[in-house]
Amino acid sequence: MPGITREEVAHLARLARLELKDEELDHFATQLDDIIGAVARVSEVADQDVPPTSHPLPLTNVMRPDEVRPSLTPEQALSGAPAQEQQRFKVPQILGEE
Amino acid sequence: MTVTDLVSYEDALAAYDPVMGLEVHVELGTKTKMFCGCSTALGADANAQTCPTCLGLPGSLPVVNATGVESAIKIGLALNCTIADWCRFARKNYFYPDMPKNFQTSQYDEPIAFDGYLDVQLEDGEVFRVHIERAHMEEDTGKSTHVGGATGRIHGARHSLLDYNRAGIPLIEIVTKPIEGAGERAPEVAKAYVAELRELIKALGVSEARMEQGQMRCDVNLSLRPNGTEKFGTRSETKNVNSLRSVERAARFEIQRHAAVLSSGGKIVQETRHFHEEDGSTTPGRIKEEAEDYRYFPEPDLVPVAPSREWVEELRATLPELPRVRRNRLREEWGVSEHDMQSILNAGAVDLIVATVEAGADAAAARKWWMGELARRANEDGVELAALPITPVQVARVAELVAKGDLNDKLARQVIEGVLAGEGDPDTVVEKRGLKVVSDEGALGTAVDEAIAANAAIADKIRGGKVAAAGALVGAVMKATRGQADAARVRELILEKLGVEG
Ligand SMILES: [Zn+2]
Repeated sequence: MPGITREEVAHLARLARLELKDEELDHFATQLDDIIGAVARVSEVADQDVPPTSHPLPLTNVMRPDEVRPSLTPEQALSGAPAQEQQRFKVPQILGEE
Repeated sequence: MTVTDLVSYEDALAAYDPVMGLEVHVELGTKTKMFCGCSTALGADANAQTCPTCLGLPGSLPVVNATGVESAIKIGLALNCTIADWCRFARKNYFYPDMPKNFQTSQYDEPIAFDGYLDVQLEDGEVFRVHIERAHMEEDTGKSTHVGGATGRIHGARHSLLDYNRAGIPLIEIVTKPIEGAGERAPEVAKAYVAELRELIKALGVSEARMEQGQMRCDVNLSLRPNGTEKFGTRSETKNVNSLRSVERAARFEIQRHAAVLSSGGKIVQETRHFHEEDGSTTPGRIKEEAEDYRYFPEPDLVPVAPSREWVEELRATLPELPRVRRNRLREEWGVSEHDMQSILNAGAVDLIVATVEAGADAAAARKWWMGELARRANEDGVELAALPITPVQVARVAELVAKGDLNDKLARQVIEGVLAGEGDPDTVVEKRGLKVVSDEGALGTAVDEAIAANAAIADKIRGGKVAAAGALVGAVMKATRGQADAARVRELILEKLGVEG
């Protein structure tokens, strides 16, 4: 069973914008490897004719009619924002200079 | 800033074969967002159309908009696609503040519609089949404003401001299979495809598909391979090309740029590029992240969509006549050339002419007024033809008055001018301005006699057989009647009185 490599953990950390120290990479690589191994056992017991499950409920087609419902006020929407300006969410610099 | 090297389009095509892929995003015209009941109306205050679901707040749950799914199925069917009998949404994870959830709800390997085609007609009538890979449901992102950098660009901005009113508006992404074999006509095919798709979306009534308002946006993927080879070259992806003309220009520019890089021994970098309307060029954006970097996984908060076959067939039965088929039918009914039909389409006059014909005008007259006088006015005023303050019914009435001989073309133009100026409907304008052809034969006969008497030399020429000289006398009569005579009848009378055969 292929596990997860230290490089893959570093890559995932970067995608999630998490800064991990060297020893943390080793630590999480081992832990994630264990978790993936445990989950992989599920596919060992499942037969070919058992489709992978993404939902525990046997439901399909839960839809709502296209009818407008009240939104939050801008004040409510922004009430949890760490910073705001011009009634908009203010976020830090996204990209530096080219 | 380095100037991008280009080779001429002809040289590029002499050595290379372009392969394109077009991704078009269409914002649906639903009243609410895809996964929550927030309004999609334009022009609201910043962040006035958000809720815990589209803001991605903890504990909120999305529910799919039934009309969004229905529109997706209609688009799929109109594109000759197979409609999935079971499909899921997926989370496309990425770290960017335009989605407060840190993922976009999309579809990954289970699109609602797949394997279709759209036949597009080029300006000379040639039909080119564009194969469709898939059409899937997703949601739009919020709108960012970048502050502090040069000219509002993201690079070097100090910070950015986010308005999430647009976040969650339903989008359908339509992806073509690689378009091969178009050769030098590739840019033209790209434009014709997007134009046809836009007509189709409008005919389905699922979106107004206004490109200038961002309701329809196109990404142009393009690569070159040496002529005679099979393997695709490395592609570039030009993002957000937002007009038909730009689609054509972007494809053309990339062909010339790729050819310059390749022929000088360089390598194309797989990257996204930005298109610039001002000069039709593209410049590099970010290096494209690999698909697996998005870490797609099935959306656990939404249950699968499994459209019943009955529903799909019901929707199929509601599909309108395809725009291309309709255009060809109308073209034959109206008896116009491919080229004229293209002009009518480009002018936005198809539906106006149809409505005018339905109101009783004959097709030639309807076309003449809309494509002549009215198109000129719309152009002068810088508005769309349909926005002129005159209705097809009014144009049909003008045409009817001309057909009955109550108006000639010159007077009809004055009537139209009056309607456009808000003086009322055609009959009111005729009444108020006193615009009626002088059909009183007695009055006309007197005017003709006077013209003959006043131009004896010309009259002699006509008697002598120079029938062409009659034009001068017709002119004199028209002048005397202030243009309110039927010119053809005047000519007849002149020849009659001078004893000459027309
Ligand atoms: Zn919402």
